[in-house]
Amino acid sequence: MSWYLIFFSWLVAMIATLGSLFFSEVMSFPPCVLCWYQRICMYPLTLILLTGLFPLKKEVFKFSFPIVLVGWTISIYHNLLYYKLIPESAAPCSQGISCTTSYISWAGFITIPLLALMAFTTIGILLLVFKRKYSEKR
Amino acid sequence: MRKDKLIVTASVAALIIGFVLLAWMYQDKQSKKLETARLQNESNLDRSHSPSLGPANAKVTLVEFMDPECESCRAFYPFVKKIMADNEGQIRLVIRYTLFHGNSELAASLLEASRLQGKFWQTLEYFFEYQPQWGSHHNPRPELLWEYLPKIGLDVDQLKKDLQNPVIAKNIATDAVDGNLLGVRQTPSFFINGKPLKEFGYQQLKSAIEMEIQK
Repeated sequence: MSWYLIFFSWLVAMIATLGSLFFSEVMSFPPCVLCWYQRICMYPLTLILLTGLFPLKKEVFKFSFPIVLVGWTISIYHNLLYYKLIPESAAPCSQGISCTTSYISWAGFITIPLLALMAFTTIGILLLVFKRKYSEKR
Repeated sequence: MRKDKLIVTASVAALIIGFVLLAWMYQDKQSKKLETARLQNESNLDRSHSPSLGPANAKVTLVEFMDPECESCRAFYPFVKKIMADNEGQIRLVIRYTLFHGNSELAASLLEASRLQGKFWQTLEYFFEYQPQWGSHHNPRPELLWEYLPKIGLDVDQLKKDLQNPVIAKNIATDAVDGNLLGVRQTPSFFINGKPLKEFGYQQLKSAIEMEIQK
């Protein structure tokens, strides 16, 4: 069962990676600075989690969780900016692509920063559940 | 194959196929959208304000969206001239501006002002010839353009007066809007009797024009 927890984490990371590439390469949306930082955290997960699956290692939590946490933190910050919960003047991205440019809005509220946050959150929760299951076994 | 490996392999395959399929569908949709926009704006392709060369009743109207500061436009210009010469009297060339570079707006304004003195083509050829100097990417020197003008035989005082004419700015702005609506994303972009040149290249342009002449 634990195997599937890591498998689904990997699947979410894969979908997030391919999805972000779809936005930038196929739909030609230029990624903003904060999006790049989140990509830096998301892309390696597709390989790290895969390595953790064959064979399943409990260390996969140790290796991947810090990256997820960093990505999640940037994502939270990005969403707070995006939904104007903190003012943009505090943003590090004053030149180039604005981090609050809206490219998509599905069903009225689903945006690219929100998708990223959902991905990081899902992976984080799956990894935490995995860790708990593993420690219970002992 | 073990079950876990099978699941992962199948997922990878499904994700990649899904990605490619979606990308293909998206691009197909986009190109259809572009085509519709182009058809809706077809009447804006050949405007009376644009500089043109060749007889008004020529069999082929070749519209070129270009930028005097664009290297490919410079490189392509002799080919266009050669095709015009090889098919004398059969082609009418219409020049429209799609300005992507730092000083292209100045160059285009100067070209338009030189047109009022009947020296558009001479000025365009001169600007193209010396483009590596005034339009260098590392060290652009737009001030050089002013030095060229007397050498082309233009009355610089008159030209400075003409530059104030709001029609020049208006025509350049119209070209930008039309180019955008017609789906021009790169320079040079050619339209042969209203049809866009799908695949860019000298040979492709040549055969597209020859096909229209033979019609």
